[in-house]
Amino acid sequence: MYKQGKFIIAEKKAIAKGIFDMTVLCPEIAAETMPGQFAQVAAEGFFLRRPISICEVDKDKGTIRLVFEVRGHGTEKISQLAKGGLVDVIAPLGKGFTVLEKGKKAICIGGGIGTPPMVEIAKQYGENATVISGFRNAQAVILQDDFKSNGNRTILCTDDGTAGLKGFVTDALTSELAKEKPDIIYACGPMMMLKNVTKIAADNGIYCEVSLEQRMACGVGACLVCVCRTVKNGEEFNSHVCKDGPVFDSKEVVFE
Amino acid sequence: MSRLSIDFCGVAFKNPVIPASGTFGYGREYEQFYPLSKLGGISVKGTTLNRREGNPGPRVAETPSGMLNSVGLQNGGVKKFLEYEMPNLVTKDTRIIANIAGATVDECAELAAMLEGSAVDLIELNISCPNVKAGGAAFGTDCTIAGQVTRAVKDATSKPLMVKLSPNVTSITDIAKSVEANGADAVSLINTLLGMRIDIKTGRPILKNNVGGLSGPAVFPVAVRMVWQVANAVKIPVMGMGGVATWEDAVEIMMAGASAVQVGAAIFNDPYAPIKIIDGLEQYCIDNNIDNISQIVGTVKPW
Repeated sequence: MYKQGKFIIAEKKAIAKGIFDMTVLCPEIAAETMPGQFAQVAAEGFFLRRPISICEVDKDKGTIRLVFEVRGHGTEKISQLAKGGLVDVIAPLGKGFTVLEKGKKAICIGGGIGTPPMVEIAKQYGENATVISGFRNAQAVILQDDFKSNGNRTILCTDDGTAGLKGFVTDALTSELAKEKPDIIYACGPMMMLKNVTKIAADNGIYCEVSLEQRMACGVGACLVCVCRTVKNGEEFNSHVCKDGPVFDSKEVVFE
Repeated sequence: MSRLSIDFCGVAFKNPVIPASGTFGYGREYEQFYPLSKLGGISVKGTTLNRREGNPGPRVAETPSGMLNSVGLQNGGVKKFLEYEMPNLVTKDTRIIANIAGATVDECAELAAMLEGSAVDLIELNISCPNVKAGGAAFGTDCTIAGQVTRAVKDATSKPLMVKLSPNVTSITDIAKSVEANGADAVSLINTLLGMRIDIKTGRPILKNNVGGLSGPAVFPVAVRMVWQVANAVKIPVMGMGGVATWEDAVEIMMAGASAVQVGAAIFNDPYAPIKIIDGLEQYCIDNNIDNISQIVGTVKPW
């Protein structure tokens, strides 16, 4: 069930330049949130809410964690909310990741600000998940300690080699697959990265889910603005990121 | 009779607050927030003869106090509406307004004819969608064609007919008079105002369709003005919409001449907006000793 309300901000901090980490106390939302779902967050003074992926859920504490990048004036406004204040949230929204049964192995791939939704899904797999994250440079690296405390194996890549391996997440994925094939691949990040991950997964015969991003209005599936091209049984049609997604079977996404 | 119940061209509504077409789907999503029976009615997503995929994305751009959209009437077609949505909607104890949009005059009439025998309470003929190439605003910006399509639909249906007007015209009263003369039982206004935003980093329009319809509080004063002008120019009732976000807005547009109110883009920010407006109108009536909300319709005293 969708829920809307104003909830207390339990924690808030910057974790990299322009990237904020906000923990929101909302037990009724936390209780129902699945990995890969998102929240619509109100920005005071702005007409539309901002869709933000849910990075992590703590059902015991009744919190959800939102890690987001300041992209414009709206997200900047949200970033100025302070610990102890209130944030207006609609959640949990959208279709999240498929979680396989215990013992299955996963590779989780995050590119830049596509990394946060990987925390909760990788947590489900513990040591059976390998997380490959890619960032522009060392200053942009986030969430590596969170993956480590999940028990995940981590592979860090940067475009300029200032942290971890120099290169793209797809390079790391290819070398991983040469060693061992997981049961599932999850990915979130720029469209070009998702397109390449999708191809690699298909070439290796591995089921892959990608989390997409689009400009949204309602966030619940009513207004139909957050369109993406999808294909099923050979037929192309428009789906909506907020309700049909944000997570899609990568074979069903039409990349331009 | 309760304070908020109204008669709108022969249809009894429990209150005058109705989510606007295209902002509420068929109610399935918002039913997760509150029972649809609280609403006066629902104007469902614009329905066309055949399934439409709509325009490519991005389809939305934020604006000061509003937004542009270029959805382009994406919907499953009238058969799916009748077979899949109607059986669900009839159980919701609220009035059902079918918003129909055809690419040709004949198609509009055919759509209306297909709704005969259904439980639709009121037809809203959309001659004002700014995001489609055929029909839509091409019908709603020409007095003669607006009259023709209204007549064709009226002749094809026994249901009350409301025509949704475009604000993108020189004289909305002329269009309103033309649809009234051709059998419209009511008019609804305003649809969105045509607008554009450009991403200055890329030099490209934000909308893939380049232009789109502006809605939200930004258009509210335009809506109030047009409702006032139209209500003074025709005898048929007016359903007012365009940027209504609060109960105060609802009172204002009703004073301008709207017998009922549609709430649209405000729902995206606050899913409870229609409910808050209903509760606010009820309290307004109590506080001002108003027996029925209809008493405020058109009561503005112009200078």
